[in-house]
Amino acid sequence: MPSGVPLIVFLTGNLGCKMAKLSLKNIKKSFGSTEVLKNISLDVEDGEFISLVGQSGCGKSTLLRIIAGLEAQDAGDILIDGAPMNGREPKDRNIAMVFQDYALYPHMSVGENMSMPLIMARLPMHARLPGIRHFTPAHRREKPGIDADVEKVAKQLRIEHLLQRKPAQLSGGQRQRVALGRALVRNPKVFLMDEPLSNLDAKLRVEVRSEITELHASSGLTFIYVTHDQTEAMTMSDRVALMQDGAFLQVGAPNDLYANPANIDVAKFIGSPEINMIKGAVTSDQVSIGNVALPIALDAPFNGAVQIGIRPEAITINGVPGLAFANQSERTIQMSFNKRLVEDLGPEVLIHGALAVEPNRSIRIRAQKSQNYGERELFASTSQLDVQIDPSSLLFFDPSGKRISSKLKIPTHNNPVELVGAA
Amino acid sequence: MSDIAISSSPTIPRWLSRLKPKSVGGAITTCILFLGAWVMVFPFIWMISSSVKPTDEVYDSDFTIIPKTFKGFENYYNVMFEQPYLMFILNSMIVCTGILAVQLLTAIPAAYALAKLKFRGSTILFGTVIACLTIPINVTSIPIYVGLVKVGLLDTYISMMFPFFISVFAIFLFRQFFKGFPDSIIQAARVDGFSEIEIILRLILPSAVPAIAAFSVFSFVAHWNDLYWPLIVVQSQDKMTATLSIMQYQSDFGTDHGRIFASATVVTMPMVIAFLFARRLFIRGITMTGVKG
Repeated sequence: MPSGVPLIVFLTGNLGCKMAKLSLKNIKKSFGSTEVLKNISLDVEDGEFISLVGQSGCGKSTLLRIIAGLEAQDAGDILIDGAPMNGREPKDRNIAMVFQDYALYPHMSVGENMSMPLIMARLPMHARLPGIRHFTPAHRREKPGIDADVEKVAKQLRIEHLLQRKPAQLSGGQRQRVALGRALVRNPKVFLMDEPLSNLDAKLRVEVRSEITELHASSGLTFIYVTHDQTEAMTMSDRVALMQDGAFLQVGAPNDLYANPANIDVAKFIGSPEINMIKGAVTSDQVSIGNVALPIALDAPFNGAVQIGIRPEAITINGVPGLAFANQSERTIQMSFNKRLVEDLGPEVLIHGALAVEPNRSIRIRAQKSQNYGERELFASTSQLDVQIDPSSLLFFDPSGKRISSKLKIPTHNNPVELVGAA
Repeated sequence: MSDIAISSSPTIPRWLSRLKPKSVGGAITTCILFLGAWVMVFPFIWMISSSVKPTDEVYDSDFTIIPKTFKGFENYYNVMFEQPYLMFILNSMIVCTGILAVQLLTAIPAAYALAKLKFRGSTILFGTVIACLTIPINVTSIPIYVGLVKVGLLDTYISMMFPFFISVFAIFLFRQFFKGFPDSIIQAARVDGFSEIEIILRLILPSAVPAIAAFSVFSFVAHWNDLYWPLIVVQSQDKMTATLSIMQYQSDFGTDHGRIFASATVVTMPMVIAFLFARRLFIRGITMTGVKG
């Protein structure tokens, strides 16, 4: 598939910007004795792209189906543009949905698949009956318009040459586009997507991902996107709602979740490779890792064990030529690191190992390759490395997993913060 | 036959030597299978052989497959032309088609509801449906007969079809088949504005063609061959089904065995011919329904 630039050109203005605000108020749902959704409330703004992300079984798909009207909530309200949707049929909610397995009608051609929502919306029952329908005035009146709309959307998605084919004759990516087309053609207020990329192979996924983002930008529709893949959620959405056990852990902009996770589960879920966790201790307001005292002041008084999260790119390595590090902080904590394994990812490398202060906890460091990378032998021969950690990028969590906010201690004359060397 | 095949003398023609078993075990297996096949096929051979015999020869003590006196022309002429044979076939067609049409009409929506709709008590309802499979027609035949007498419908096409209008077996079969239909397609259809009936007509039915064809074969064969119920509710000749017409040659005063067998052969023929033309459909039908017709 070519890049999606023409998509923007085509779609801008072509689809009426029928935006909608969606509100969820105290949605609850149980299946038998299992509580799937616990009091979910969320406001989605006009034209916003919001991702519901979480591990399987967290209730994200159930929530999406409740928004669509395919499942009824036990309690709570759904409002689209202020109008309550409770008990309304899916077709009356003015939504469109794209399913994980595309859910194309298998025996209908692509063109028929895409015209179905319009046929259902614009033709009365008698004009839809097979055989008789061709003789009804409604069918004769509406059919050219339906065909024209289908063709327009097909052209936008560059599938107009596939209109006569059956879904079985299409590739995964093409099916995905047909599913998008079928959803787009009815010009919905809210666009719901249930893991639409998970059946595509990795390469295609990245391509379609950017196209959906562009589709959102150009159509201005409200998108609700369910995924278990944090990368998709991070790259595509305006806001990410991270769910666990039927409740939101945190709702916010992607970078917000990454930089300021509300608790340890958010920190672990967001970011790839996963955040490094090491043990720390707080005694009389002094945070330390092993015997290394950190120049950090916790905002709330706390004593005892803390979990410390370090993003893989927050650690820099000294004395290895060919590696570049994004994080070039002036104030650093020196530590010793035992390298175990290096993974070459092309533009960057992942270095696996453990800090000397906590040899049992696996740590990953992400480094960019610079031009003179290639002196691998030198790097390969040494297992003991000196690393530096940017103290401002550390995240602290109490034993229950709740985030403890912190700030750097500013060194003053009276209290110069000492950076203690590695153990 | 198999002992001929074992000896590999060069005079044996090639087609026969190809049947030569590979081992002693193979020879034994072939023998057993041959015996089994004989048991299956013999009644048909006997039927055809008897249909060209005079009555007194059918149960003769020195039985031969080849008749001593050939009465085939008389027997078959009598069966085909001295009685309204085509009308019997037509009656059977009407009854079987009527039964099948109503069965499909009732079973498909019921099966869809049991397979795909969530409602309170659906499991119990389905259990009840399954339980109904265990009740043989003989149990319900008396109340149904009395009912038909009360409404004055005896000796009509309806009376022959009525007890079979709702096929529990069809509900069960279609329900199992519909279960495999992807939920997401149904959900997509609901979002697109399909009504439940349209989901059945436009989406489920086209995908269920193999199951419907299979069940149609099963139902058609079963009711074509049914003798029991038409025998109970129909007396007049112009309503008789093909199977029932065989009984005409049997009376309290005497039985014309030769003609009975000729009649049986003629009645069996349409299904055999249909089988030859749509063999694959039949086999799929029988294997899918899991019941021999």
